[in-house]
Amino acid sequence: MATPERGASSQAPAKSLGGLLDRPEWLGPLMIGPAVLFIVLVVGIPFLLALYYSVSDISMGDRTMRFVGLKNFIAVAGTSNFQTSIVNTFVFAIVSQILVIVFGTALALALLREFRGKWFIRFLLLLPWVAPISLGTIGWLWIFDSTYSVLNWALEALGLITPQGWYMWLGIPYLAMGSVIAVHVWRILPLATVILLAGLSSIPQDIHDAALVDGAGYWRHLTQITVPLIRPIMLVAGLFGLVFAFTDMIVIFVLTRGGPYDTTQVLSTLAFFTGIQGGDIAEGAAIALFLFPMLLAVAIGFLRVARRAEVV
Amino acid sequence: MAIVETRDVLKMFGDVKAVDGVNLATNEGEFLVLLGPSGCGKTTLLRMIAGLEQPSSGDIVIGGQVVTALPPRARKIAMVFQSYALYPHMTVAKNIAFPLKAQGMAREEQGKRIEKSASMLGIGHLLHRKPRELSGGERQRVALARALVREPAVFLLDEPLSNLDAKLRTSARDELQQFQRQVATTTIYVTHDQVEAMGLGHRIAVMDAGRVRQLGTPQEVYHNPADTFVATFLGSPPMNLIETPEYSLGFRPENFLPREVYGKGDALLSLPCRVTRLEYLGSDRLVYAVTEGKLGGHRVISKLPSNISVFMQPGERHEFALPEKEFKFFDPHTGLRAAPRAL
Repeated sequence: MATPERGASSQAPAKSLGGLLDRPEWLGPLMIGPAVLFIVLVVGIPFLLALYYSVSDISMGDRTMRFVGLKNFIAVAGTSNFQTSIVNTFVFAIVSQILVIVFGTALALALLREFRGKWFIRFLLLLPWVAPISLGTIGWLWIFDSTYSVLNWALEALGLITPQGWYMWLGIPYLAMGSVIAVHVWRILPLATVILLAGLSSIPQDIHDAALVDGAGYWRHLTQITVPLIRPIMLVAGLFGLVFAFTDMIVIFVLTRGGPYDTTQVLSTLAFFTGIQGGDIAEGAAIALFLFPMLLAVAIGFLRVARRAEVV
Repeated sequence: MAIVETRDVLKMFGDVKAVDGVNLATNEGEFLVLLGPSGCGKTTLLRMIAGLEQPSSGDIVIGGQVVTALPPRARKIAMVFQSYALYPHMTVAKNIAFPLKAQGMAREEQGKRIEKSASMLGIGHLLHRKPRELSGGERQRVALARALVREPAVFLLDEPLSNLDAKLRTSARDELQQFQRQVATTTIYVTHDQVEAMGLGHRIAVMDAGRVRQLGTPQEVYHNPADTFVATFLGSPPMNLIETPEYSLGFRPENFLPREVYGKGDALLSLPCRVTRLEYLGSDRLVYAVTEGKLGGHRVISKLPSNISVFMQPGERHEFALPEKEFKFFDPHTGLRAAPRAL
C-alpha cells in the first residue's frame, strides 16, 4: 500500500510529459508505436491491397474494379514467362545463397585470425553493404558493359581471351544469370560474413584447443567442430539471405531488366514489369503473391531454427 | 609414460615475461602440480607443454624427444581444460571417441576403448547424453575419459576442479588422485588452490611472476620454504614473518601457541602479544595479535586447534611462545632462505 505522501508525489508529475515517460504503460507503446505504424503503412496496407488487387480486374487507366476470383492466378500460371521466372527465381536465390554461405564462412574464418591490415580488409569487405545498392549495381553495369567492359579488358590483358573473343556478359543467357548472381553475392556477402564472424567468435577458444590436442587436423576440425557449432547461425544467415534473394529486384532490374529473353527474369521483376510498367496491376499483384507461400515457408523455417539455435 | 622436461623455457607476451626461464623435469609417472597465484604463468607453461603456445625460447622435451616444434597431436599428450571444453554438439560417446577417430582407429577398437574408459570413470550410463544434460561433476569425468581414452604418455590438467562446488571438489580430488595412481601416467596439474596442490601432488612447483620459486614434495615446500613468497603463499593462514633489518623470522601460526600449552623442557621463544581480534572457525580459532617487547610491533596470527581452550579476548595481553626448532630464517633483502642464527 502506498502512503499518502507517495500517492501524491506519483500523481503530480504524471501531468507533465516527463512524468508520463516514466510510466512503463505509456513509455512502452510510445517507443514501439512508430515501428508498428511504419510496418502497417509500408508493409501491411500494401500487402492487403495486393491481396485485394490479385482477385480483381484492376488495371491502370481504368477506375472500375470487379471481383474475378482466382482468374488472374490461373492466367498467370499458364504463361511461359511466368514458368521461366519461377525456375529463375529458385536458381538465382539458391545458387547465390550457397555461394554466400561458402564464401562468407571462408572470409569469416580468415578474419578471425590476427594479421596486419585486418582493419582495412574488414573495411573493404563492408563497403558493398554500406554503398547504396543502385550505385554499386550501376558500377557493375559498367564492369559488364559489352563495349567498355573492364573485365574483358583485364582478361585480354592477361592473355586469356582475344580481342575478338570479348564476352557479352549481360547479353548471353548463362553469362547473364552468372553475372546477376555474382553481383548479388557481392552485395549480400558482407552481412553474411559479419553474422558468421559473430558465430565463430562465440565458440570458446578451449573447444578449439581441445580439438587440437585431440589430434584433429584442419579439415576434421572445420567439418566436425567449427561448422557444426555455427550451423544454427549459418542457417539464420542463409534463410535471411534467401528471403532477400527471393524479394529483391534491384540487381536484376539495373543489370539486365530480366533479359536476355527472360533468362534472368525472376518473380519480383516480372511482377514489377507486368503490374507497374505493363499496367496490369491485377496480374502483377497475382505474380507477386506467388512468392508469399514460399517466403512464409522460409520465414517459418527461420523462426524454428532461431528458436532451436543453441551455440555451446 | 614419459618424463616431461622444460629447458630454459621463456614466453614473452609483448614486453611481459609470462614465463621466465623455467627448468622443470617430472619423474616417470609422477603427479606434478604447478601452483601459484593467478597470472604467475602456470597455465601458459602448461599450454606450452601441450603445444598450444610456442615458447619464445627454450625447449619442451617429452619422453626424451624435443617436441618444441611439434603440433599438439604429435606430442602424445591429453589435456583437461578448466571449462572441460566438451564438444557441445556431440554425445558423451562421440566426445570420447573424437581423439580416437582423429587417430583413424578401427571402429571396433574404438568401442572397446570407450567402454573401458567410461566404466573406469563410472559414466557408462551417460554415453548417449549431450554435455548440456550433465552436471558439473559428470562433465569433469567425461573430460577425463576423453583424455584417458587415447592412452597418452602425459596428462595435462588445467584447474579441472575449479568449476565444482566445494563438497564435490573434495570427492573429485580423491577420485582424481586414485585415478592417477591407477593409470600411473605422468600428470602435470595446474592450480591456484594450495589444498588441491598439497593433497594431490607427489611434488609441487610453486610459481610466481613466471619463475619456479621452489620444487619439492608437499612436506618440503610447506616446512622448508625456499623463500618468503613460498612461505607466505602456502598455509592458511600464511606463515608469520617478523622482519628486522638483520633477518626475517618466519613461523607457522599452528606452532605459535599460548605459552602455557608448551611443556617446561622445550626450547622456546616467548613473545608477549596484545590480542586484537579472534576468529572462530569451528575446528580452529585464529588469534590476531601484535607482538610486544623485544620483537614488538609485528602483526602475527596464532592458530589454535579447538582442543586448546585457553581463554582470550581482544585487547588482552597474553604470553605466546614458539619452539626454536620451528624458526625459519630468511634474508631480509632477497627473501631467500637463510641459515639458522641467534636472535
